[in-house]
Amino acid sequence: MEIIKTTNLSKLYKNNDLEVQAVDGVSLSIRQGEFTAIVGPSGSGKTTLLNMIGGLDSISEGSVEIAGTNLNTMEENELIDFRLKNIGFVFQAYNLIPVLTAQENVEFIMLLQGIPVEDRKKRSEELLEQVGLAEKLKVRPNQLSGGQQQRVAVARALASKPRFILADEPTANLDSQSTSKLLDIMAEMNKKENITFLFSTHDQRVIDKARRIITIEDGKIISDELP
Amino acid sequence: MKTTLKIAWRNIWRTPLRSLIVIGSIVLGIWAGIFVVAFCYGLNKQRTTSSIESAISHIQIHHPEFRENFESKFVLENPELLKTTLQKDEDVQAYALRSLLFGMINSPIKSNGVQIIGVHKDEERNVTNLHTKITEGTYFNTKRKNAILVGEALAKKLNVRLRSKVVLTFQDQENNIISGAFRVCGIFKTQYTRYDENHVFIQNKDLHRLVKTESYHQAALLCNTLEQVESTSQSLQLQLKNYDVKDWKRISPELAYADEVMETWLFLIMVIIMLALIFGIINTMLMAVFERRKELGMLMAIGMNKSKVFLLILTETLLLALVGAPTGMLLGALTIKITSKTGIDLSMVGEGLQSVGLGNIIYPVIDPKFYLFIGVLVFVFTLISAIYPSKKALKLKPTEAIRTI
Repeated sequence: MEIIKTTNLSKLYKNNDLEVQAVDGVSLSIRQGEFTAIVGPSGSGKTTLLNMIGGLDSISEGSVEIAGTNLNTMEENELIDFRLKNIGFVFQAYNLIPVLTAQENVEFIMLLQGIPVEDRKKRSEELLEQVGLAEKLKVRPNQLSGGQQQRVAVARALASKPRFILADEPTANLDSQSTSKLLDIMAEMNKKENITFLFSTHDQRVIDKARRIITIEDGKIISDELP
Repeated sequence: MKTTLKIAWRNIWRTPLRSLIVIGSIVLGIWAGIFVVAFCYGLNKQRTTSSIESAISHIQIHHPEFRENFESKFVLENPELLKTTLQKDEDVQAYALRSLLFGMINSPIKSNGVQIIGVHKDEERNVTNLHTKITEGTYFNTKRKNAILVGEALAKKLNVRLRSKVVLTFQDQENNIISGAFRVCGIFKTQYTRYDENHVFIQNKDLHRLVKTESYHQAALLCNTLEQVESTSQSLQLQLKNYDVKDWKRISPELAYADEVMETWLFLIMVIIMLALIFGIINTMLMAVFERRKELGMLMAIGMNKSKVFLLILTETLLLALVGAPTGMLLGALTIKITSKTGIDLSMVGEGLQSVGLGNIIYPVIDPKFYLFIGVLVFVFTLISAIYPSKKALKLKPTEAIRTI
């Protein structure tokens, strides 16, 4: 089943007289259960592409469809609501809420969805256990290592039961051990629960784990491989 | 809401020093506001009470035309009927009949225009506190005829002392010039120097002997409580149709007006204090939004809608005020509780205060409903101060905010 479909997607940044074509006519399709990495050098347009797919950035040309819903026509508040129900995000810098514990961070997105407190507690405990942080439920982010924080971020992204997860350079700030553990967790979830992951990365360890690799350069797809 | 409150509460303690500074300024501002208000109310209350107790009383009754020109021919008709009516009224605690004349007081070296007030010494004792204001001599405690009480300021001006002889000159009801020699039996000092300079008290019986008629111009009466004054005044006016019945607010509108003016001033003072606080709060919240734009961007990215982001910033702002305002109010209430008993000694500017009818010691006082007013004011102004930082937060673009290092 096709979850993400972009058609001739482009993004043009304009700053006074300077114009930068960050994404240039990208058409791609991601199906349910894929574990895909978008790779390319810095400035190639990976993050911009992911942001447009996630409804975080406006589209200059083309279209993005998520499970048949076109994002182009949505108002800002509709997009926020759509993201809440359909997309999980994992950011490079973890971006956890520093004043909440690991469990509260995971619960927070479910709270936004209006899930009852008991269900939130149960699911957050399960997810944190799955990412190997059952002992860290009541710990705040500043008492966790970078790898542990990113695992909380993955649990948070999964908490809302999204259609897919967008992970923007999730391992960029992690050491090899943490990276390996995080990738194992995500790969297992993809395998066991058929959760779709779409990464932007230039980390070889992520590329090695991916089952589909889309290479992008100067905003254009130059290869789309199934290793 | 519980989670929003929890996050907001924890957020304000992320930078404890900054939050404490803004909370401290709220505490100080509200404390100062309450104290200034209580002090001003205390000043005003003292002035009003002093005027009521030493001269005006709660209600005055005159001939309907007397107050137009204060002519001595407009006397109270049928004083016996008046007395019976006042005695029957349960709200009337005491009354005193007075004769009022304008005239001159002459000492061997100087003269001065004065209002001559003829009183019955025992009746007057129940209505005003003149008898407690005697600084030299006695309150008509003499067997001699023609005793007079003069104010300390007037005595100084006329260069008279106790037992000095003075001459009063005035017109009777037929406009005949009457003169009489009086001997100073007491010198009084109220809180109002100008009043002391322009009023003298003699006994009705001495005045009646001089004018050869027993007539009164004024009935001054005291109600059991201040709250009864307006209704008693209205009911007496209905019963005494041929008389002019006025309560203290209508006799001395400047006192009542001062209350109104004071209320407006105090409202303005509080608004100014709150305006100053607003800038502190806005600054703090703007810094908080600026520092957390990455976090706020992330919240919007994962699905926190704008109204919830707005609510979060608003709650943080309200919490700052909710910690500061009750503390400020509590401190203010404590300060007033203490100073309302001990008073605030302003004797270093006592002369100036006495010239406007005030004593040296001011007792701050505040109407409890003022705390409610402050509470509402703080709430409203905090809401206003939350708008700008919240709007700034809403303008954040998730992608730009997340990129921020």
